[in-house]
Amino acid sequence: MTFEPRLTRNWSNADVIGLDGYVAAGGYAALKKAVAMSDADIVEVVKASGLRGRGGAGFPTGMKWGFVPRDTGKPTYVVVNFDESEPGTCNNRELVEREPHRLLEGTAIAARAIGCETAFIYVRGEYLWQSIVLERAIGEAYAAGYLGADVAGSGTRIDIVLHRGAGAYICGEETALLNSLEGLRGQPRLRPPFPAVEGLYASPTVINNVETLMNVPDIIDRGADWFREVGTEKSPGTKMITISGKVERPGNYEIALGTPFREVLDDLGGGMLGGGTLKAWTPGGSSTPMLTAAHIDTALDYESLSAAGSLLGTAAIMVMDETDCVVDCAQRMVAFYAHESCGKCTPCREGSWWATRVLARIEEGYGREVDIPLMHDVGKNTLFRAFCALADGTASVINSSLQHFADEYEEHVRLGRCPMRDAPVEAEVVAS
Amino acid sequence: MQEGGVKKVFEAGALDDARAIMARYPASRERSAIMPLLYLAQSIDGMVSQDALREIGELLGITTAEVEAVATFYSMYRLRPTGEHVVNVCTNLACKLRGANAVYEAAHEAAGVTHGMERSDDGLFTVHEEECLGVCDHAPAVQVDFCNHDEVTPERMRELIASLRGGAVPAPARGPVFANFRAASRALAGLEEMPVS
Repeated sequence: MTFEPRLTRNWSNADVIGLDGYVAAGGYAALKKAVAMSDADIVEVVKASGLRGRGGAGFPTGMKWGFVPRDTGKPTYVVVNFDESEPGTCNNRELVEREPHRLLEGTAIAARAIGCETAFIYVRGEYLWQSIVLERAIGEAYAAGYLGADVAGSGTRIDIVLHRGAGAYICGEETALLNSLEGLRGQPRLRPPFPAVEGLYASPTVINNVETLMNVPDIIDRGADWFREVGTEKSPGTKMITISGKVERPGNYEIALGTPFREVLDDLGGGMLGGGTLKAWTPGGSSTPMLTAAHIDTALDYESLSAAGSLLGTAAIMVMDETDCVVDCAQRMVAFYAHESCGKCTPCREGSWWATRVLARIEEGYGREVDIPLMHDVGKNTLFRAFCALADGTASVINSSLQHFADEYEEHVRLGRCPMRDAPVEAEVVAS
Repeated sequence: MQEGGVKKVFEAGALDDARAIMARYPASRERSAIMPLLYLAQSIDGMVSQDALREIGELLGITTAEVEAVATFYSMYRLRPTGEHVVNVCTNLACKLRGANAVYEAAHEAAGVTHGMERSDDGLFTVHEEECLGVCDHAPAVQVDFCNHDEVTPERMRELIASLRGGAVPAPARGPVFANFRAASRALAGLEEMPVS
């Protein structure tokens, strides 16, 4: 599928990291246009564009903005979710590294649309360099009058405050993020009330992903119909993807939604590393059910991946080849959820912890026949049984690997070792 | 340093820094400053000490226990003695598929850190197994004092450690370079702009 790059069109221009270069490339024209529009008109254009949240859930962005009540007497807030922590995902990082002002412009337009005077960018702590890039860009934008008391000469005030996380995957969950921003432990909140009604500081709040907001300036500048020229009817626009693992050219790429995985793997990823054979892949980060070589022609969009039994998620494709053991990979992915579980809900906290151990036992050659039905049971009783979707990540890894690679699990137990290793792991290593 | 026998973490310039951090947030929402204040404390002591937890509580008008509850939730705050340099090795799937486990082992060997120990005997290094660092496009990913090193092999890992041992901080793949864990923690508090390497 050929199209003109959108989010990546300036990636060959190193000058756009600075404000002058960004403005020379047409930057901040959309913000100037937006401050002259009514807030309702901005929301309508974004609704008409069909833009859906790029952080994983795919919720329509304009609708989210439209939910914010304006008559509560409280301030409204925009919070940018730059906690990008889903394993395999790093495109927000590169978007910000290369063109930080596009994020600030999109954030300011969102703020204008809901009458927000103070927006927050929540950036994961490990993105220290990217947070400095943003700090510098924010400084430039204030100096040039695109932020502050009189945005683009409109009399509108918009401030942006940068807030760094400190290493917690759960803070990408929007209500956990709000707690973290309020100075609490990053644990998710009960909904309702939804953040649109009671979010940050119990005030109406919109939380958007980085890529979502970076689409907004073009939508304002060029219109909803232009936005819909690429992608599918239900999934319009482009999508940033990350492809990693056993491919020749790991990286972040922009695709039209609906592009088949085969094209992404061969044309962008450069094919399998060293001419290997595709065995398994995650379409949207480790939380999305893994797929197999049989799914190579699946289109990458919300609907097609759902029909294939998975999810677009963060469009983070991790590719495994024939030399990779699925049990070993599943064990590492589940260990992540055990480490990152906030501990609030028993199915997540205990399920991920025990599953990590049982999977390790199977991989290391000490699996028992009952371990396979046991894993089915853990997977079934973790999915949709906890407060937030972190537990579903655990369950997705377990359930999808069992579904597609049952033989490989059984072979581990039957042989008393990983079929890709010559011998079981030594007992003393297992014990340590 | 000592006031009635109690060591003060935030004094003089550091107290000004703390107040500047609190002023970033809306009036009466100062509790939001707890995370950057923890980074500030870490930049002063090389870890988050019990004294720092108490003083942050006093600054924000909350209990030490409330501050500690937050500090212990996040992996980037270190509440125990920590090496001069913190070496983070991602072993999550995208990096594992590219050989991260061997890099993680090499880091332990070269730094002289026994598995399960907080730091090397000489106090120079803490080696930490990381979850996804968001550099899957350049796996295996490593951070030294939160500066990125891309496509790190076991050999490169040994070079990085040897270089730090010799007092030279290796140039990262992108962005600025920080002298040590404390300097990086100060930047994490939003207080330092470092020259780009």
